[in-house]
Amino acid sequence: MAIGSVGVATASRSSSLRARMGELLDREQWLGPIFVSPALLLLLLLVAYPFCMALYFSVSNAFIGRPSHFIGIRNFLNLWQSDAFRQTFQNAFVFTGAAVGAKLVLGLSLAMLLDQQLWFKRLIRGAVLLPWVIPTALSTLGWWWMFNSLYSVVNWTGLTLGLMDPPGPNWLGQKYYAMTAVVVVNIWRGLPFFVITILAGLVAIPRELYEAAEADGAGALARFWHVTLPLLKPVLAIVVLFSTIFTFSDFNIVFVLTHGGPINSTHLFATLARQVGLETGRIGEGAAISLYLFPVLMLVVFAQLRFVRKQAY
Amino acid sequence: MTRRKLTRRIAMHLLLVPFLVFALFPFYHMVLTSLKQNKELYDRTAVPLLIRQGPTLEHYTKLLWDTAFLTWTKNSLLVTMISTFVSLIIATVAAYALARLQFFGVASLGTAIFVTYLVPTSLLFLPLAQVVNWLGLGDSKWALVVTYPTFLVPFCTWLLMGYFRTVPKEVEECAMVDGATRIQALWRIVLPIAVPGLVCAALFAFTLSWNEFIYALTFTSSSEQITASVGVTSELIRGDIYYWGSLMAGAVLASVPIVVLYVFFLDYYVSGLTAGEIK
Repeated sequence: MAIGSVGVATASRSSSLRARMGELLDREQWLGPIFVSPALLLLLLLVAYPFCMALYFSVSNAFIGRPSHFIGIRNFLNLWQSDAFRQTFQNAFVFTGAAVGAKLVLGLSLAMLLDQQLWFKRLIRGAVLLPWVIPTALSTLGWWWMFNSLYSVVNWTGLTLGLMDPPGPNWLGQKYYAMTAVVVVNIWRGLPFFVITILAGLVAIPRELYEAAEADGAGALARFWHVTLPLLKPVLAIVVLFSTIFTFSDFNIVFVLTHGGPINSTHLFATLARQVGLETGRIGEGAAISLYLFPVLMLVVFAQLRFVRKQAY
Repeated sequence: MTRRKLTRRIAMHLLLVPFLVFALFPFYHMVLTSLKQNKELYDRTAVPLLIRQGPTLEHYTKLLWDTAFLTWTKNSLLVTMISTFVSLIIATVAAYALARLQFFGVASLGTAIFVTYLVPTSLLFLPLAQVVNWLGLGDSKWALVVTYPTFLVPFCTWLLMGYFRTVPKEVEECAMVDGATRIQALWRIVLPIAVPGLVCAALFAFTLSWNEFIYALTFTSSSEQITASVGVTSELIRGDIYYWGSLMAGAVLASVPIVVLYVFFLDYYVSGLTAGEIK
């Protein structure tokens, strides 16, 4: 009897507790923070905290397995003494500029082609998008084989068509060719993102505008220049900003294809940071190299936020 | 169709050919190499675009029986599925709150999520390796389960916020007037409407974590712990001897799960790619 009444009492208390909880969860100012907290906790612990650590490492002489000391901005300055870093700095801009520029031009052209009346539209779109979904490290292996110094299918094709002099370029062993190879693979892998996004922008342009322009006597080029480009500008800006950050911070393609060589001529910040920070153990210096990515990231974030806000209102 | 229109259409298809060759040739060449016999593969006088001396599966059998490829694939599947599932739950509740609820700091939190979405993994892998060691997860696939949500959650949250905003507020309010609590309304009304968005987020999360390379390369190293991409790119190369046939076979096989998903859900990939960036 006594036991039973205790049971009833806890049951009613827990149900009133549940009702109170339920009431609390119905209030936005409580439910919101509760719903956001797992994500917030994750990002604080595994993004914000490591970022602060990167900042600390970069101003210390941290070395794997050794206590570190504060040395101010010496890492950032000393890097400029290193040929490898100066080369990397230049590579990053050449690589990003060439790859993003080519992706923009090719992406816009291909998107405009896909916007036409086509047979097998779905199939073609699927084929165009494919390089983007396959794991980059693995597809780059395929390119590595295609650029192999002895069995390169690229050279075989070039020689057979008479476009190259035998034996053809040693793609991954010569400075400028290696950079070209890395850029080509980046274009190959990044083009689908440009195409699909720009295509979505193209489809959204009302047909009437083209008809009106045509009625006013505008030719194909004039329609492209005065209708397509201006209306596509927001989409193009966003695509370029996104791509800039992901191209600038690229790691996979260079790591698999060239490891940064020959003689650092294809190193990017991420691959050099790994080599210095992990392979030779100078974490402080490695972190400083990684942080050179940060100004570009900030610029892009700033531009994006301004842009996204402007579009929202 | 008039004759002029037909010519124009054929011309458009011809212009597409170089793009399609560029996009597809590497895959063709990978598959071809993985099926070629060694004597043809390393014959410099042979035509590299075709198999003339008969196909073989020896590279595949070698990959499956002589290497730990199956272990790597199992690791990849485990890491990908758990991190996708966990990230999706965290992102769904966060996205709902950020898209729908009014509370202190909601706007700046939305911005913070967007900013972390842009932070590249190559910026943080050095300090994260230290965090992983402190957590006692050095050289363990669980390090990947823990760290992959750092890029999956911001991406999925951003994507899902867009989808939740398209669900009319009135639908939810009606349910709440009828006595449903907010959580019931979310569970029974909003989530079912947002299913396409959830599928899309799940697909992208799966793809992103399956394709992840730099964290997997940095945080794991022993053959029992590495993922498929790391295993194929590092363990199949011994010194200066490259087993190109098996290397390509590994690249092909490790891409299969993504290709299967891709074939079935192409439209989701297309809509996610555009929605995620612009919304």
